[in-house]
Amino acid sequence: MSPAAATQMMTTAPPRPAPGAGTRQKVQIRNLNFYYGAAHALKNINLTLRDKSVTAFIGPSGCGKSTLLRVLNRIYELYPGQRATGEVLVDGENILTPGRDLNLLRAKIGMVFQKPTPFPMSIHDNIAFGIRLYEKLPASELEDRIESALHRAALWDEVKDKLKQSGLSLSGGQQQRLCIARAIAVKPEILLLDEPASALDPISTQRIEELIDELKPDYCIAIVTHNMQQAARCSNYTAFMYLGELVEFDETETIFTHPKERRTEDYITGRFG
Amino acid sequence: MGIYARRRFVNALVMSLSVAATAFGVVWLVLVLWTLLYQGFSAIGPVLFTQMTPPPGSSGGLLNAIFGSLVMTVAATLIGTPTGMLAGTFLAEYSRGGRFGEIVRFINDILLSAPSIIVGLFVYEIMVVPMGHFSAWAGAVALAIIVIPVVVRTTEDMLNLVPNTLREAASALGTPRWKVIVMVSYRAAVQGMLTGVMLAVARIAGETAPLLFTALNNQFWSTNLNAPIANLPVVIFQFAMSPYADWQLLAWGGALLITITVLFLNIGARLLASWSTFKP
Repeated sequence: MSPAAATQMMTTAPPRPAPGAGTRQKVQIRNLNFYYGAAHALKNINLTLRDKSVTAFIGPSGCGKSTLLRVLNRIYELYPGQRATGEVLVDGENILTPGRDLNLLRAKIGMVFQKPTPFPMSIHDNIAFGIRLYEKLPASELEDRIESALHRAALWDEVKDKLKQSGLSLSGGQQQRLCIARAIAVKPEILLLDEPASALDPISTQRIEELIDELKPDYCIAIVTHNMQQAARCSNYTAFMYLGELVEFDETETIFTHPKERRTEDYITGRFG
Repeated sequence: MGIYARRRFVNALVMSLSVAATAFGVVWLVLVLWTLLYQGFSAIGPVLFTQMTPPPGSSGGLLNAIFGSLVMTVAATLIGTPTGMLAGTFLAEYSRGGRFGEIVRFINDILLSAPSIIVGLFVYEIMVVPMGHFSAWAGAVALAIIVIPVVVRTTEDMLNLVPNTLREAASALGTPRWKVIVMVSYRAAVQGMLTGVMLAVARIAGETAPLLFTALNNQFWSTNLNAPIANLPVVIFQFAMSPYADWQLLAWGGALLITITVLFLNIGARLLASWSTFKP
């Protein structure tokens, strides 16, 4: 497939607002290196994520895109032997400094994982769980928040009559939207989506993509995906990573039509990956 | 002989050996249960649950022994369950890959298979000797020491079944660690953990050796935990060895009672496990 064919592929994408115009730099990554024990997984990453836009990370398996996402909320610290050096500035503040309150940080940065992860409790409590962590709301206000989160995640109509049922009783696609609702219910500023649709069927995938488009005006969204059409369809910026390095980062349209790097072109045209 | 004929022959041979081995095991189990039912059934009646253990030659029941067993089992469970669950939580949630956790796990496995008579002797040394007398407390502690490793093991195993992605998802919301464990991990593993407790209770229900050195026995009704207390296993031991027919009958009745209790505990544990969110 040539770059021209890639352009062809992109014409199926819904019209997107002009990217980058006027949006703030939300996350600045500077000289980021990451290690799994002795393995050097991220090499000198420099990258900026803008507010109110979607940045997609593409690249072959093991290239470090998920690792990069896991640095942004420091979730990697759950495991011993993983460490990051360099700077990640969120609103100008380095989140990698030791002694930071990780829970407050993570409350500000929502994350959705590849496999849906509903908690073993009711649909209602799945959402209420996160809200109750940091806010003491009167019951009616809590219910409103839950309803609006489910509305935003385009799940309300499907679950409004069974909020008391277990979150595990939903289908895979619904579970994933429940996880997105749970993440946005705590009013984060940044959303990290780690292959949110790769375990879902095409219809659920489409719903998730529509959802990302609807959330875009309010959040800084970073999405890791294996699916290049998905990156082309729903992101403003795309970063191509390979073997722990950031090969190329630009507006999505540029990456998919005029990549500067040979490796990027080879990857998006399916020559390797 | 062709290769297929040979395979069929080997297959048939191995299968018959397996069936024979299974049958051999099942036959003894059935015989034990049958003997228990046959000998013990006539002893089961209201008298068994309403009267004290009798002196030789007169009639009576097992009320004091049933009560003593119940009290010590409950006390042992109350001591052993929280300890075991917390230790299991430490192993599964806090010490993954840690050296200290490895050591604790190893020691726990030893304790799990330690002969119960050793536990009895140990408690005899640390409690009965300093206190100067046998007591229900000592019996409960000895039983608790048997409960702990079972609960530690099942708690750890069940928590390990909870997918890490679930912990990550909870942490990613900004949940403090203890809350991740209590609200998410425990909730996902609760049936399995309770199953472990039930199996531990079943395990101590019939333990005799640790009680011989600790609770000893008591011919009379006693609710004093600082005094020796009657209990089913030791009463069975004493009565079964006696030459008196009515004592022997009571021993059969007590044995049947324990067996039925253990049976129901195991069935309950299985039912609980089958409702679990995550299965082994």
